[in-house]
Amino acid sequence: MKILENHRLIWSRLMVGFCGLSTLLISGLLLLVLGYITLHGLPGANLNFFTRLPAPVGMEGGGLAQAVAGSFILIGLACLIGIPWGIGAGIFLSEVGKDSWWGEGVRFAVDVLSGVPSIITGIFVYSILVVKLQSFSALAGGVALGIIMVPLVARNTEGILQLVPQGLREAALALGLPFWKVILKIILPTAARGIGIGVTLAVAGVAGETAPLFFTSLSNNYWSLGLLEPIASLPMEIFRYATAPFAAWHELAWTGALVLITIVVSGMLLARILLPGYNFRR
Amino acid sequence: MSRDLFRGMTAVLSLGLVLLVFLMAFVIWQQAEASVQKSGWEFIVSRHWDPVHEEFGALPYIYGTVISTMLAVLFAGPVSIGAAIYLAEFAPRRTKALLAFVVDVLAAIPSIVYGLWGSFVLAPFLRNYIEPWLGKNLGFLPFFQGSPFGLDMLAAGIMLAIMSIPVITAVAREVLETVPDGQREPLIAMGATPWEVVRIGVIPYARNGIVGAFTLGLGKAIGETMAVTMVIGNEPKISASLFSPAHSMTSVIVNEFAQATSVLHLSSLIHIGLLLFGLTLLINVLARLLIYQMSWRVKKRNENT
Repeated sequence: MKILENHRLIWSRLMVGFCGLSTLLISGLLLLVLGYITLHGLPGANLNFFTRLPAPVGMEGGGLAQAVAGSFILIGLACLIGIPWGIGAGIFLSEVGKDSWWGEGVRFAVDVLSGVPSIITGIFVYSILVVKLQSFSALAGGVALGIIMVPLVARNTEGILQLVPQGLREAALALGLPFWKVILKIILPTAARGIGIGVTLAVAGVAGETAPLFFTSLSNNYWSLGLLEPIASLPMEIFRYATAPFAAWHELAWTGALVLITIVVSGMLLARILLPGYNFRR
Repeated sequence: MSRDLFRGMTAVLSLGLVLLVFLMAFVIWQQAEASVQKSGWEFIVSRHWDPVHEEFGALPYIYGTVISTMLAVLFAGPVSIGAAIYLAEFAPRRTKALLAFVVDVLAAIPSIVYGLWGSFVLAPFLRNYIEPWLGKNLGFLPFFQGSPFGLDMLAAGIMLAIMSIPVITAVAREVLETVPDGQREPLIAMGATPWEVVRIGVIPYARNGIVGAFTLGLGKAIGETMAVTMVIGNEPKISASLFSPAHSMTSVIVNEFAQATSVLHLSSLIHIGLLLFGLTLLINVLARLLIYQMSWRVKKRNENT
């Protein structure tokens, strides 16, 4: 009997130990990836990277300024689509269509849409914009990233609005405020911070998207401000430079990756600090 | 009046989302039509991919995607489930928040960054250390034969595993946390060990949700593009050896899209995209249904008590 008891305890300790080890392994993986990126990327992270255009092969001192700028332009365009559409859908999910079969359907569509691989979104936008306009363009890239943003923003908005106490809605309605005023003037301002953080996370999420840009914005070695021209972006340049056979270009790619990671992780840290405890959905 | 206007506006935006899913399916179908009509089902079983002679069969790419994804789930499965259980059941409260953050960051690292890391760090490591060792000791198995490449099926499997671990862990953890304490307390009262509580009380209750988490991880791995393209080697081979370079559905689209000059070639690439879209749609719907069913059951139980 005593042996049997011990056996159970030992087995339990072993399994709990395995679970703990798995967690340790995951943390180790993160350190490994982040460590390498910092190690290889940091030496190249100087002013040149952010202010210069790429230098020709064999020349020293080029940067990826046009890609940093391009990424910001693409993200700005994506926000124009992703934020209003996402927040609108989020409001619908939380306030209007809640508990109806129709709301469930929309929620399902949001979930399905967030599972669509980004390469598919890229092909879709290629088919409706690039083929029609007969050119790869910043506009197409922005639309693709925007579509990817919508479900992210919608789900986070819905989640945050759910945290607003029901009593607040009831009190406002009891005072005779019309429904839309309750939402726009009372509920949204209450939840503004959370919604803002949700948007930040969505932006950080699409900042690193690469696959859809292959089919939409492509890339560019020079500055480009026209919305109907191909435009450079950090992720695309990282890919081009990493797959090229020159060591100097690889360094640029590592630094690009470091910049990208910094954007993503600082967005997440911000969310953690400003809204501790809330679990943003992916 | 304006009340209905406001409701209507949000409803239109939501309806737009549902329509978007259908529109995507329709547009991609339309673009793939030339290839669908020419090749039909032959497309899936033929292994001839010859753009010059306009013959297109996607089998090597489907094979690459299926095998690399299976490897990923195989590698990621035990680790993710273990970590999810630890985070949900055993971790001390303070470390829990930190570890959950670690998982979130791992999930948020862009695919291109993983690809960069994979091609410059993981692949050489596999080529120089792991694969020669596997070849020497397990070389009698067909999976570990041939010269080590580094950029191969094994690298793609590991890369995808690393990328799906955070997805599976995070979702499985959320699912485990919805399991009501009523599933644990009676077992604790009867003197069950901590692991027995998890095995008997928690896991069977959360089974569907956990399967859902795995399915979501699978969906992520199948649609993954950049990291796979950078480590899989990009050769349309069908080989039992994991040391052989391969190709996947996503990587062939990325690699050949820019060079596709003929209408049929482009259409065939989008045909692969269509298959991918259908597959991920199916997988995601399945995963969501499993997870929904789990949360419905918890809700119902709460209403009854």
